[in-house]
Amino acid sequence: MTNSRLIADDFEMLLEEQDRKGMVRLLTAGSVDDGKSTLIGRLLYDTRMIYEDQLAAIRRDSARKGGDGGALDLSLLTDGLRAEREQGITIDVAYRYFSTLKRKFIIADCPGHEQYTRNMATGASNCDLAVILVDARHGVVRQTKRHSFIVSLLGIKHVVVAVNKMDLVDHSQEVFDTIVRDYANFATRLELPDLRFIPVSALLGDNVVAASTSMPWYGGETLLHYLETVHIASDRNLIDMRFPVQLVNRPNLDFRGYCGTVASGVIRRGDDVVVLPSGAVTRIESVIAFEGEVPEAFPPMAVTVTLADDVDVSRGDVLVHPGNLSRLDNAFEAMVVWMDEEPMALGKQYVIRHTTNTVNGQVASVRYRVDVNTLGREPGAPLAMNEVGRCTVRLTRKICFDPYASNHVTGAFILVNRSTNRTAGAGMIVDRATSLRSLEDHWDRETLESLPTPALSRISADERARMLGHRPVTLLLTGLSGSGKTTLAYALERRLFDAGLSVCVLDGRRMRQTVSRDLGYSESERSENLRRATDVARVLNEAGLICLAAFVAPSAAVRNKARQALGPDRYLEVHVSAPLDVCRERDVSGIYTKADSEQLADVPGVSFPYEQPEQPDLVLETDRLSVGDSVERMLELLRDRSVITSR
Amino acid sequence: MTAYSLTHLRQLEAESISIIREVVAQFENPVMLYSIGKDSSVMVHLAIKAFHPAPLPFSLLHVDTTWKFREMIEFRDQFCAEHHLRLIVHSNRTPEAQSLSPLIHGSKRWTDVMKTQALLQALAAGNYDAAFGGARRDEEKSRAKERVFSFRDVHHQWDPKNQRPELWQIYNGRVHKGESIRVFPLSNWTELDVWQYIHREAIPVVPLYFAAVRPIIERDGLLILRDDERIPLKPGETVQPRLIRFRTLGCAPLTGAIESDAITVPEIIAEMLVATTSERQGRAIDHDEAGSMEQKKREGYF
Ligand SMILES: Nc1nc2c(ncn2[C@@H]2O[C@H](COP(=O)(O)OP(=O)(O)O)[C@@H](O)[C@H]2O)c(=O)[nH]1
Repeated sequence: MTNSRLIADDFEMLLEEQDRKGMVRLLTAGSVDDGKSTLIGRLLYDTRMIYEDQLAAIRRDSARKGGDGGALDLSLLTDGLRAEREQGITIDVAYRYFSTLKRKFIIADCPGHEQYTRNMATGASNCDLAVILVDARHGVVRQTKRHSFIVSLLGIKHVVVAVNKMDLVDHSQEVFDTIVRDYANFATRLELPDLRFIPVSALLGDNVVAASTSMPWYGGETLLHYLETVHIASDRNLIDMRFPVQLVNRPNLDFRGYCGTVASGVIRRGDDVVVLPSGAVTRIESVIAFEGEVPEAFPPMAVTVTLADDVDVSRGDVLVHPGNLSRLDNAFEAMVVWMDEEPMALGKQYVIRHTTNTVNGQVASVRYRVDVNTLGREPGAPLAMNEVGRCTVRLTRKICFDPYASNHVTGAFILVNRSTNRTAGAGMIVDRATSLRSLEDHWDRETLESLPTPALSRISADERARMLGHRPVTLLLTGLSGSGKTTLAYALERRLFDAGLSVCVLDGRRMRQTVSRDLGYSESERSENLRRATDVARVLNEAGLICLAAFVAPSAAVRNKARQALGPDRYLEVHVSAPLDVCRERDVSGIYTKADSEQLADVPGVSFPYEQPEQPDLVLETDRLSVGDSVERMLELLRDRSVITSR
Repeated sequence: MTAYSLTHLRQLEAESISIIREVVAQFENPVMLYSIGKDSSVMVHLAIKAFHPAPLPFSLLHVDTTWKFREMIEFRDQFCAEHHLRLIVHSNRTPEAQSLSPLIHGSKRWTDVMKTQALLQALAAGNYDAAFGGARRDEEKSRAKERVFSFRDVHHQWDPKNQRPELWQIYNGRVHKGESIRVFPLSNWTELDVWQYIHREAIPVVPLYFAAVRPIIERDGLLILRDDERIPLKPGETVQPRLIRFRTLGCAPLTGAIESDAITVPEIIAEMLVATTSERQGRAIDHDEAGSMEQKKREGYF
C-alpha cells in the first residue's frame, strides 16, 4: 500500500501537468482514398489511443475485408455508421479524440466525397486548424481546391498540406516541391495566413509522429510536432468585448444574473457596459463563476454577470464596452453555404439563429455564386444544396453583429426552415465596409472624370451627328417586367437600323449579367445598376449612337438622376405601361410565378414599389397598342424632338 | 498556460455549461437522464455549475432496470438528497417486463425492454421536449458522428441520415410537437477527461469504481459481482473473493468488473493511461453484433 501511495504522489504531479494541457480542434479533409482515415488511424495508433479490443476488432474487420491480404487497415478504426461502412465512404462529420502530454486534440473528420461541401463547412466551423491531404501521385486536384476554399471561407487560420503516399513516389523531393509550388500558386487567391507543407506516408508512419528516415531532404517538423506546438492562442479576439446574454438567471428577488459565454474580449468587474440593442448604459457589478466571484472573464468562459443598475436585459441582448460597439442593423451581407435539399428561396421567411438570438428574416438577393472548384464567380441565383454565394440578408428587427473575419461568434448565423425545422444554411457576415462600397450612392460623387478636363477627342459631337445623320440620344423605356420594354426596344432598333441609322439596345437583363452582376435588387442596388447603365449609355451617345435602354427603373428619383447625368436634351423617357395582370399573364421571365411562391422578393409592382413616371415624353399602353403602332409612336417622338429628320 | 487561455478541462467545462444553459433557454420541458455512473456525476455537476446560485431548473430521470447494483441505488439517493435534486425513477412495469430476467433472456432483449422501452415510457409520460444524456463521442464508433443536439422523431427514433448540420456553437433545437432533442453536453469529453475532472473537482462517484475485495463469479469471460441473491450459481461456478473494480456500471449480471487495485482517482487515471482495453468492453450489450449500438440508437436507446 505504502508503495502505491508513493506512486500516487508522483502521479499527482503528472496530473497537474495534464491539467495545464491546452486543446486544439482540427479538421482533416481529402478526396476519397487520399489516405485520410489511414492518417487519423496512424495518429491515434502512434499516440497509443487505440485499445487492444479495438485493435482486435480492426484486425477482424481487416481480415474480413480482405484487402491487402488482410494486413492491418488503420482506416477501419475511424469509419462510423454501418450504412456508410457498406458504401465504403465516410459521409458525415465524425469526431475523434487523442491527446499527448502537451495537448488534447479534437479531430473533425470530414468526408472527401464530391457532394459534401456542407459537411466540410460544418466540421470547419469550430476548428483552429486544418490538415488537407493531397495524394502525392495526383497532386493538387479539384477537390484540394474546394477543400481549401471552404477552409478559408470558414476562417481557419492554420493550414497544413500533408502530401501523402510519399512512399509511392519514391520519396521524391521533386514531386513534393512541385505540389508545394502548385498549391502555393493557387492559394494566393485564398485567405490562408499560416500555410505549411509536410511530406508524409500515413501507411508507414513517415513524418506523422516519427520523423522519416526515407526523406532526409525534408528538414521540417513532423505533423504531430506541428500540431503540438502551433500557436493558436492569439487567434482569439481579446479586444472587442461581446457578451451575448444566453439566459436570465433569477432564482429569487435578491438575485438577477445574466448567464452567457464570453464571445470575445475581456469582461471585468467594474466595466462600464452598453446593453445592445436598447443602448442602456450600466456597469458590471460582478462576474460570477461557480467557484465564486472572479475579477474578469474571457473567451470561451461561461459565466454569470450581475449589473449595477436595474436595466432591461433579456436573452439575445449583447453587452459591449461603450467605446467599442458592434454593428446594429436589420440587414447584412454574408457568404452563405446552403445545406438543405430544398433550395434557397428568395424572400421566403427563415428563422435566423445568431449568437443567442432568434429572429425572422429572408435572403433578399444573391449577388453571386462561387464555383467551389474553380473559385470563379457566377451570376447570382438562389443557392441549391452545397452551393456557396454572397447574399443580402434582411431581418425583421435589428441585431448586433460583427464581421465574421473579426469575430467568429458574432459574425456567424444559421438559417432554419420554418416548416421542416431543418438547418438550411450557414452564413458568415461580410465586413460591411467592403460590401457597402458598391451600395454607396455614386450618383453625385465627384470623380476625377467629372472634373473639367480638356476634351481629348478631336471629333466634335456635331461632326458625328452630321456623318451619322441623326442626333445621339438615350431613350429610356421604363415599365414593369412583362410590359414589353425589350420587345419594343428591339423592334424600334430594327426600324432605325433599316433606315440607315446607328442605334443599339442597352438591355437591362444583359446589363445584370455583365456590368452589374455583383448587384442584387434592393433599392440601393437598383439605383446603382441604373447609374452604371447611364454611364454606358453616355459612352454610346458620345460615340454618336442612339441608345435604346430597356430597364424597369422603378424609382422616379433615380430616373431623374439619369436625366441629369445624360443631360436633358439627350434623355427621353418612354413609359411602357400595361396593367399588372397583363404583365403577370405574359410573365416572360417567370418572375411573377416566383414572386408568388415566395422565391423572389422585391418584384416591382408586387413586392416593391414602381413609381409611375409623372411627365414621360411618351406613354405606350401596350395592352391596347400593337408592337407596330408603338414603334410608330416612338419614331414620331424621335422626329418631333429632331433626333432624326422627318423624312 | 499563457494569459487568457483555458486548459483543456476548462474549455470542455465551459462548452458543456453553455450547452446545458442553451437547452434551458430553448426548450420548455427538459429532463436530465441520470444513470448514476461517473459521466452522469460529471454532467450533473456541470449542470449545478451552470445555474449556480439557482437550483437546477429541471428534474433528473433515472431509468431503473431493477437490476442495478445496490451501491448505485444507495449512492443515487444520497447524492440527490444532498444536492436537493428532483429525481424521477421509472421502471418498466408491463407484464412482459415483469416476466423478464437478464439471467435468462440475454442482454439484447433485456436492454430493449428494460432500458429502451422503459426510457420511452418515461419520456412520453413526462412530455419532455429535450433530454440530456451523458454519452460521449469517444465511447463507440457510431457515437463519433452524433450531434450535440440530436434530433428524434415522434417515435423517439434516431435517423442518422436526418440529423441537422451543427455549426459553431449555434444549436437548432426547433421541434414540432411530439418530436424531441437528445442533448449530449459531454460529447467532446473522453474517458480520461472525465476522470481528470472528477479528480480536480472532487466529484463523488459510486464506490464500485474503486477497487475492493468483492464476491466474484467468472462467467463467459466476464467477472460478475454477486451483488444479490438473485444471481444464482450455474453448475461448476464458485464465488471467489477478488480485488476488483468497475470501469463502467450497468446491470449487475451484465457488467463485467476488472481486476485492479486502484483505490483513488489518481490511481484510476494511472491505470487508464496504461490500460490496453476500452471501457465498453465490459458491457455485454456491445458484443451482441457488429453495429449493435447503432441499431439500438435507431430504436430510441440513448
Ligand atoms: N502506399 C500508401 N498507401 C496509403 C497511404 N495512405 C493511405 N494509403 C492507402 O490508400 C487507401 C485509401 O486510404 P484511406 O485512408 O481509406 O483513404 P480515405 O478515403 O482518405 O480515408 C488505403 O488502401 C490505404 O491503405 C500511404 O501513405 N502510402
